[in-house]
Amino acid sequence: MDWSRHLLIVPILLPLVTGAALLLIDELRHSLKALINLASTLMLLVVALVLMRIADGVPDGSEALSLSYAMGNWPAPFAIVLVLDRLAALMLVLAAVVAAAALVFSLARWHRAGPHFHTLFQFLLMGLGGAFLTGDLFNLFVFFEVTLAASYGLLLHGSGAFRVRSGLHYIAINLAASLLFLVGVSLIYGVAGTLNMADLAVRLPEVAPQDRMLLQAGAAILGVAFLVKAGMWPLCFWLPSAYMAASAPVAAVFVLLTKVGVYVLLRLTLLLFGSAAGELTGFGGMVLLWGGMATVAFATAGVLASQAMGRLAGYSVLISSGTFLAAVGMGDTAVVSGALFYLVSSTLTTAALFMLIELVERAREPGADLLTVTMEAYGDEVDAEEDDEEEVGVIMPGALAVLGVCFGCLALLLAGLPPLSGFIAKFALLTAMMNLDGLGSPTDIPARTWVLVALIILSGLAALVAMMRTGIRTFWAPLEVIVPRVLVVEVAPVMLLIGLCLALTVQGGPMIRYTEAAARSLHAPASYIGGVLQPVAGPAEAGAVAR
Amino acid sequence: MELTLSIAIGVLTGSGVWLLLRPRTYQVIIGLSLLSYAVNLFIFSMGRLRVGAAPVLGPDGLADPAGFADPVPQALVLTAIVIGFATTALFLVVLLAARGLTGSDHVDGRESR
Repeated sequence: MDWSRHLLIVPILLPLVTGAALLLIDELRHSLKALINLASTLMLLVVALVLMRIADGVPDGSEALSLSYAMGNWPAPFAIVLVLDRLAALMLVLAAVVAAAALVFSLARWHRAGPHFHTLFQFLLMGLGGAFLTGDLFNLFVFFEVTLAASYGLLLHGSGAFRVRSGLHYIAINLAASLLFLVGVSLIYGVAGTLNMADLAVRLPEVAPQDRMLLQAGAAILGVAFLVKAGMWPLCFWLPSAYMAASAPVAAVFVLLTKVGVYVLLRLTLLLFGSAAGELTGFGGMVLLWGGMATVAFATAGVLASQAMGRLAGYSVLISSGTFLAAVGMGDTAVVSGALFYLVSSTLTTAALFMLIELVERAREPGADLLTVTMEAYGDEVDAEEDDEEEVGVIMPGALAVLGVCFGCLALLLAGLPPLSGFIAKFALLTAMMNLDGLGSPTDIPARTWVLVALIILSGLAALVAMMRTGIRTFWAPLEVIVPRVLVVEVAPVMLLIGLCLALTVQGGPMIRYTEAAARSLHAPASYIGGVLQPVAGPAEAGAVAR
Repeated sequence: MELTLSIAIGVLTGSGVWLLLRPRTYQVIIGLSLLSYAVNLFIFSMGRLRVGAAPVLGPDGLADPAGFADPVPQALVLTAIVIGFATTALFLVVLLAARGLTGSDHVDGRESR
């Protein structure tokens, strides 16, 4: 085993050690804590990029497209393994990028708004890294809980009645979903006798017909747990308020949390119920497809109906989730590839939107968080007054112009208009949906695909309308022009994320190649299984026989 | 034994779900606790019910595996209990904070009219 294998555990160990070490530093030493946190997050980004290169370096035709890391050095089906493939690496990079941007944003002032921000931030990253890398269902539960526990703390960061109330709902819902997760996992274990995902994929087709119902029930309950996190209609009503209540940098990293849900659904659906699953092939696909469509429809209405910008951003997250879930439900390689591109683009966009909103709202009214709620409740704008809060730093000249340009870019990205990556993402997605049998060959397009295509385009239109309405109200026709005080460190991460979307446009070709390779390996579960079970093929077979 | 356990899990789940849907935060937290007990028992039962079978192999090594209980669900239950306990404690803190900030123990922070 060469050294690069050990890199697999770094995305978990590094945040864990950093987070724990940060606990020991006095809360008053903000800048030291911030520096350590930033260094660790940037290191995580570097490691994630290296892992991506490693995952991408595996030749396409080879048997084992995934790398596994046995944590206790026990042979694969008997203990917990970490598995790296293109999808996991992509998600890791995405998480590290968004986290780094959010962290830089928080350095302006948010990280001082409450205790242990940096520690919780690192633990959240640890949970995310673990959830993306793990190859074991129960271990996935543990990392989910780590992520969620950190997110409970982060949601409450900054305190205030609104945050605590939303936090209460958020925690109650997630605790209930975690219980469903446990029920699902234990049902699957009870039937299949294993928790290793690769081993599970091997054993599922061999499950006795009388047990199949129980297995499907387990998988469905597990699926519901993930759908709650991913925010599929009708399990998504908690999401907009929780995301709106969170402070801006926290909301930006929370965008990643819904992606964990959709990531796991994508992975498990294609691994366990892919083409090799015999009787179980395609289980749940239709639910994801129709559920995703319902989510897009619901969120489109939500985007149009929201007055507060935070709510608008929350519904954009739902649109992104819904589109992705529907694409996963179609289960086609090219569609999944387009969906992955869309996932990357929309995650960057919504994360940037959450951060930009806070800056823009300073131009409208101070103390934005609470006032947005009253505005929501009474439908009345409160008179704007000068922001008296003390800000130390450079005041950007023409701050409003910069914010306006960023806002316009995000509107283009959300709507999926050229020239930014939102367009390429939706184009890739729609082209794949319309040409299921390959480009140019005549295809019989089912009605549901038409519905989905229409919904995706309409959701883009709705996002455009809502963003334009808000933009005009904020930048062009305010009652009283207030130039917001915006620090460079606050605009920089937003511009970085938009810049990355621009880079995605320019480098669309290599990116699509990567997502295509990722989608291909997802649709060939044998390659994933081979990477996990191959090194110890002997004991794995012995285990199967013993059972 | 199967019947007793099933009824116990059923009663716990039923009461838990009912309490979870009640408007008072204290009821919600008790409901979540009851649900987590039910789920823990459920995980445990997924290792099949055995009486008088040890989950750990003795020093004499591999005997007939049929004479032993499945240790994995027991390990899972242990993890689930720890995590459930921690998150419930955290929830309790948030509940108290919400009570202090809003002056009401309603889950929405105000009485419904």
